[in-house]
Amino acid sequence: MARPLKALGEVLNNLFKKPATSQYPVKKHTPAERYRARIKFTPEECIGCNICMRNCPANAITIKQINLEAKPQTLPDGKVVPAKRKFKCVIDLSRCIYCAQCVDGCPKKALKSTDEFELAAFDKKALQDEFKHPDETAK
Amino acid sequence: MPKITVPLGPQHPALKEPGSFLLCLEGEQIVDATLRLGYNHRGVEKAAESRNYIQAMYLIERVCGICSHAHATAYVMNVEELAGADVPKRAKAIRVIIGELERLHSHLLWLGVAAHEIGFDTLFMYSWRDREMVMDALETISGNRVHYSMNTPGGVRRDITAEQVKTVLAKVEALERRIKYYIDLATQEPTVIARTKGVGVLPKDEAVKRCAAGPLARASGVARDVRKDDPYLLYGELDFKLITSDACDVFGRLYVRAFEMLESCKILKQVLNWLPEGAISVKIPVKLPPGQAVNRYEAPRGEDVHYLKSDGGLNPARVKVRAPTLANFTSVDYMLKGDQLADAAIIIAAIDPCFSCTDRATIVTPAGTGIMSWRDMRSHGIEFYKKKGIDFSKVKVF
Repeated sequence: MARPLKALGEVLNNLFKKPATSQYPVKKHTPAERYRARIKFTPEECIGCNICMRNCPANAITIKQINLEAKPQTLPDGKVVPAKRKFKCVIDLSRCIYCAQCVDGCPKKALKSTDEFELAAFDKKALQDEFKHPDETAK
Repeated sequence: MPKITVPLGPQHPALKEPGSFLLCLEGEQIVDATLRLGYNHRGVEKAAESRNYIQAMYLIERVCGICSHAHATAYVMNVEELAGADVPKRAKAIRVIIGELERLHSHLLWLGVAAHEIGFDTLFMYSWRDREMVMDALETISGNRVHYSMNTPGGVRRDITAEQVKTVLAKVEALERRIKYYIDLATQEPTVIARTKGVGVLPKDEAVKRCAAGPLARASGVARDVRKDDPYLLYGELDFKLITSDACDVFGRLYVRAFEMLESCKILKQVLNWLPEGAISVKIPVKLPPGQAVNRYEAPRGEDVHYLKSDGGLNPARVKVRAPTLANFTSVDYMLKGDQLADAAIIIAAIDPCFSCTDRATIVTPAGTGIMSWRDMRSHGIEFYKKKGIDFSKVKVF
């Protein structure tokens, strides 16, 4: 059954309401708790298992060992201590699809998802998110 | 009256994605319509073969922006079938929740687009405003609004907490009230009725013949829904109705989608109030045993068919995606015939087309043609140019 001007009540109602849109750049947006955005890497935690690199759908992660010269040490009592390998990481933000598969797969929780979503940049180099090992920076 | 051919697309303001429709007109009436697809080919299936099973899942999820969960779930169900994994019930329930929220958001989006195509922008604005409630619910559960990335081979990646259940339930209940209002509005407003009744008619026998799927088939009276016909996940244990309409026109499609939203709310309330306890995922090996699997999933647009073949390696040997829009496109030329040019946009929009989900490479070899090898092609080229007086036989290629 056709009833003309069916939407009129709703339209009049909405005339006196605040806009439904959020005033984004003026008012900062707070994403949900589980929001996946920029990935942070903690070099000290990384053991170089490469699970994140292997499972990354966009091949956005590169993890490299920085102390290739490190060798296993033999203690005076004959015990062998494996070499303390150190890693650095580059995450290509222009390739990353923010699925956070690397975060789920990391056995040492070296990768974490943050809620930083304003990642646009004028310079392409700014999209190469580099995480240096603190020892490397000290040199 | 002379016949003229008007191209609608590949780039056209009425189409949301590129697709070419050649309309043969007699005055304002469409007498013939030809369809050309293939403007969005991305090579997803081939790309999936060079990735491992986890990477391919994220790729398959991106086949469609609206029904991302549908594609990912169908693919993951194939992986689990090949691995012989027993997926926990809680994971299945969470998949149903995301799937139904996705259906709600897809149908609300369609309602807005359809309202926009018939020039009823008030409904478009309101339905899209209320669609934000679903998007917020999806963001609360999964973290993101469009690509939820909830699936993982063997289960789901994130659990639903009791607090989230409460938030989502409140949102679903609020949305249900709004949907009831939209149903009233869309089925009683004379402008909507005038633009949709008797437009784009697809009779039942024609819908069956042309293998229509999803809401398009159900609006033509074909009771076909994978959730009922071949229940996957938990759909076999849930109570919901299969909505059909005998209207066979755009109005029928509107009716089916609108009432399906209410059914989705009903399913959501059932599952959210009865979430099975337990683990949310099981481990799946990196390499799958050789074999093949086919799974169907009722995406918001219709039946989604996925095929997966494994040869025992790290990567899938073959992935095949049949998006529901491909099944529905075959009916479009029939529906366009006999209608007005002004109705072409709403008729195309009424199948809820997703062009980029649909495009796959197809090699057509009609009778009398065949596949040539490099050497055959070379000798054919030499012969071809000899007739024109140019001799290429001395040029060394191989």
